[in-house]
Amino acid sequence: MSVAPTTVDPYDITVRSNGLRRRRITERIFGSLAFLAALLACGILALVLGTLVYKGASQLSLDFFTKPRPLFGEKGGIADALVGTALIVGMAMLMAIPVAVLVAIYMAEYAGPRVSRGLRIVLDVLNGVPAIVVGVFVFGLLVVGHGQSAVYGAFALAILMLPMVARATQEILQVVPQSLRHASLALGVTKWRTTWNVILPAAIGGILTGVVIAVARIAGETAPLLFTSSIAANAVSVDIHGALPTLPVLIYVNSDSPDPGEQAAAWAAALVLIAFVLVMNILAKLFAGRKRRQLEGS
Amino acid sequence: MTTTTYDKAPESDLRRRGIRPGDVVFKGLAVVASLAAAALLALIAYKVLRLAWPAIQDFGLSFVWTNAWDPVKGQFGALIFVYGTVVTSLIALALATPISIAIALFLTEIAPKKVAAPIATMVELLAAIPSVVLGLWGILVFGPWVRDHLEPWLKDTLGFIPVFSGEPSQAGILPAALVLTIMVVPITSAICRELFLRVPRDLTDGALALGSTRWESIRGVMLSYAAPGIVAAVLLGLGRAFGEAIAVSQTIGNHNAIPTSWFEPGDSLGSKVASEYVGATSLEQASSILYLAAILMVISLVTNVVAQVVVVRFERARRAV
Repeated sequence: MSVAPTTVDPYDITVRSNGLRRRRITERIFGSLAFLAALLACGILALVLGTLVYKGASQLSLDFFTKPRPLFGEKGGIADALVGTALIVGMAMLMAIPVAVLVAIYMAEYAGPRVSRGLRIVLDVLNGVPAIVVGVFVFGLLVVGHGQSAVYGAFALAILMLPMVARATQEILQVVPQSLRHASLALGVTKWRTTWNVILPAAIGGILTGVVIAVARIAGETAPLLFTSSIAANAVSVDIHGALPTLPVLIYVNSDSPDPGEQAAAWAAALVLIAFVLVMNILAKLFAGRKRRQLEGS
Repeated sequence: MTTTTYDKAPESDLRRRGIRPGDVVFKGLAVVASLAAAALLALIAYKVLRLAWPAIQDFGLSFVWTNAWDPVKGQFGALIFVYGTVVTSLIALALATPISIAIALFLTEIAPKKVAAPIATMVELLAAIPSVVLGLWGILVFGPWVRDHLEPWLKDTLGFIPVFSGEPSQAGILPAALVLTIMVVPITSAICRELFLRVPRDLTDGALALGSTRWESIRGVMLSYAAPGIVAAVLLGLGRAFGEAIAVSQTIGNHNAIPTSWFEPGDSLGSKVASEYVGATSLEQASSILYLAAILMVISLVTNVVAQVVVVRFERARRAV
């Protein structure tokens, strides 16, 4: 691409500046590289999802969802792992959400800026503790001496969930207009009733978004469960005091297997898991967009 | 809202003094929850160090740089795993940082809003893929591709560098580092995107008005304005890479030696802890594994705390502007 003198626009003063051609080429290169990087990320997502559908979809059947894992050879399903994952994630939600919301309320409604900032850092650091370390922690705290149990697995997942939900809630509480608080307090409503009846309902969309994203993440966590709920029988069980099989542990164990049948089961289980995760994330996205517009509009 | 009923009861002594029991209880609950969250972090640190304590006393600090892992002979050291963790994470960091910044710039500066929104969602979804699923893909699909195409090509072009020599393999340092890159990119790029959106428009507009190209205004104004934030974003990504146990365990090959080539299998701290969670045959081995977990915890805590400090500094400086 050469710039012939005849193409110079006499009104374009930038043409006379130094090295414009080189600068324009740099500009082009930068734009193309940035585009390629975005394309690469989307391509990898498409590649992973495509592989999961390609390798996993053929396994899916009614039996796959309703029958437990086979012992040897015979065809079976993942019902046991589905039930286990649902129970453990459900218990983790019960443990984490009330505490997380209370922490967020304290940060947004009661604490001063210094304490609030300190708590935010604590939560962010807690969020950065590797899942495997949380697994080792719960193993040392509870599993040693008591044996594995779904409750301990749920506790480990709740530790991972707590900072995510607390930060999301705290951020949305800060967006709730101050006028709502003032109006309620001016009517003589006590502070806790204001928080409970006015502020939380206004922020519920954002809180649910945070919860949904956190659930999607912990549903796929493997490392904490290895220590707390991994040695389980291949049968559908709802006994939360014993270890329960889960989807992530099933995928982890089978991914290491040389048996193509077990690998196929891992692909199908991964497809089920990722479908759940993606649906949750997309729901959260739609929900968050609508709710935020409402809040900012009020 | 529920209907309000008037409280006809005679005012209690507390209420006359302006103290409302409901407020006190609610605030108390919120304080207890917050203290519990802070205590939890301290308890995790204490408990994991306490678990590792027998091994720390046995082997001392030199465990960290001892190159040995032989359960049969009772020789244990962490160097193999520290090497695996640090090298895979640094490769991931080196690859992910420019890619993440480029994606963030594309989304904020180049792409029109209608294109940027769906791409941003896709990058977020990439972050939502569970690590065990990414690891499954990594070992069964991506690993063989790396062995058959990427590693032979690297060997041909860069083979004179020792780390790019040796036998290509589907599980090793390089496949694990690449899978980690995929996990780190969405995290770092999401933070960078938020940083770039918060750069004041008048600064970049000023640069453009002075005649700089878009790239020049980004390099000279935007990147330098957001630099501390980018450092924090990179550190948070690094913390994630250090701590990832599952996907690395699936792709790194689980081999108890320091590989000379990045094609060869090795092992990382998190991966070793994950893969030998039940396999320990002696008390000594079990406590050594807990020592590895403690090292991992210290590394990632330090990385995260440094990242937080950078963030706080950055925000303070921005308020001052």
